Amino acid sequence: MGNVFLIAEQKDGNIKRVSLEILSELSRQGVATTAIVPGFGDLTKVTESLVKHGAAKVVVLEHEALNNYNTEAYTNAVFNHLSSQSPSVVVTGATSHGKDFLPRLAAKFKTGIAADCTSFQFSGDKVKVQRPIYAGKCTKMVEFTGAPAVFSVRPNVLPTQESNKSGTVEKVAADPGTVKAKVISTVASQVKKVELTEADIIISGGRSLKSAENFKILADCAATVGAAVGASRAAVDAGYAPHDMQVGQTGKTVSPKLYIACGISGAIQHLAGMRTSKVIVAINKDPEAPIFQKADYGIVGDLFEVVPLLTEELKKLKSQS
Amino acid sequence: MNIIALIKQVPDTETKVRITSDKKNIETNDIKWVINPYDEFAIEEALKTKEKLKEGSVTVVTVGPDRTVEALRTAVAMGADNAVHVKAEGALDTYLVSRALAEVCKKENGQIIFTGKQAIDDDQAATFGYVAELLNYPSATVIVKCDISADKTKATLEQEGDSGAKNIIETSLPAVIGVNKGINTPRYASLPGIMKAKKKEIKTYSLVDLGLGSESCKTVDSDYQLPPERAAGKKLTGDAATQVKELVRLLREESKVI
Repeated sequence: MGNVFLIAEQKDGNIKRVSLEILSELSRQGVATTAIVPGFGDLTKVTESLVKHGAAKVVVLEHEALNNYNTEAYTNAVFNHLSSQSPSVVVTGATSHGKDFLPRLAAKFKTGIAADCTSFQFSGDKVKVQRPIYAGKCTKMVEFTGAPAVFSVRPNVLPTQESNKSGTVEKVAADPGTVKAKVISTVASQVKKVELTEADIIISGGRSLKSAENFKILADCAATVGAAVGASRAAVDAGYAPHDMQVGQTGKTVSPKLYIACGISGAIQHLAGMRTSKVIVAINKDPEAPIFQKADYGIVGDLFEVVPLLTEELKKLKSQS
Repeated sequence: MNIIALIKQVPDTETKVRITSDKKNIETNDIKWVINPYDEFAIEEALKTKEKLKEGSVTVVTVGPDRTVEALRTAVAMGADNAVHVKAEGALDTYLVSRALAEVCKKENGQIIFTGKQAIDDDQAATFGYVAELLNYPSATVIVKCDISADKTKATLEQEGDSGAKNIIETSLPAVIGVNKGINTPRYASLPGIMKAKKKEIKTYSLVDLGLGSESCKTVDSDYQLPPERAAGKKLTGDAATQVKELVRLLREESKVI
């Protein structure tokens, strides 16, 4: 096996679950992996959980400039560390940060990239990955002719699994190079939102919601189970929801455990973005809506009546548990 | 100020995907080709930036077979001043396309380079970063607002972050900016624009012209597959309250997702 590196992602000393998902799969395939953690400060929790999930070695790339994510600092620190180690594979999570720095890292290595993969298979030194394209209307396999093979893995697709292997942890002073673009401030959303692409449960609304105010019905329901709220393109184009809530080919591709589509007819480009959800529920007035063809459970009814009832049922459930 | 928009021609979002018999691509006959929706925002942002700065030129660039010239002409009809076509047959990977785009950006001395945050065909969302790194420019993506400073040395950008957060990013120029839906509303081509676009001379390069004759793709695709069809599930019955109760029971006991 060659030199396989996972670029692990953490925020404020907490590991991103997708890093553990990838590591668990590597471990299942018997791939000895070095986990690289760019960061600063106390990362004990992060390094412990990486070892627990099968990292043979954890290297913390430490620098103050890596305290918060920065595209160039992150890319440079990782590249400067890896360039002397002839990596054969570099993998990371397809999060907003992963999608941001990985293309730059691949370009530095003058190599190819496969983004947002849903599975990967090692065979000796080589890796073959599968990735959805056309927002999931089809998939393809990708192999790499150059080294390292650089790819990212979609969150929420692979299960995590602890292993009883042991691993070492070391700290290295990172070299973040020169930074020309940086975040000068961050404005958090006024409403506390769960990130769509990492959510376990998503409740989405279509144009039948009729207004932005009515999305509150979905938000109330979502709050009972810690779900994220999504929207169809029709709802976004009508101005009922911001674009960052859009699910589909010109929005986000999601694969939660549970996707509840409310008043969404099921246009081909919407289905593409959510078809890998484990369980799909459709609530729609029109019994002929195409969404029912894809749904595990369907309720033919008025969402304005059904969703508040669902909220009440979920509240009851929560108070019992 | 040379403003560049990097664009790609892709199948329309309503396209029903069919796979070729060798499983190495999708069937491309009968496809309606359009400009990648995110790249339309890039073209519009380039045009708006030129209008705000009251100087400069907008150049649109694409890589692909002859049909992709149509995308360039549409961009010229919208108002772009120049168009560059890197003529390449067959499927090129993100690496090789980005190499070609970066070479054109060098030739055109691009100072602000806009492109869509991703193309809706291959969904790699990687071109902005590759091109930026190859040029040694800073980059930022998923951008929903872009302001160029009066002295034209830097840009202040608003980036859509996770969970509805917005990051304000400051970057020096030149830079590569990946734009997201919401940044603007692309204009329609005007009739005089369409007339002008028909006659517009398009600069054409081959990969050899760009010094990339000995370069090859770094990834190989195979085994295209349609995802398994989901079987239609059950429609619940009874009044709304009964159906909801049954749904919650099924989600809990049968599929165990809540």
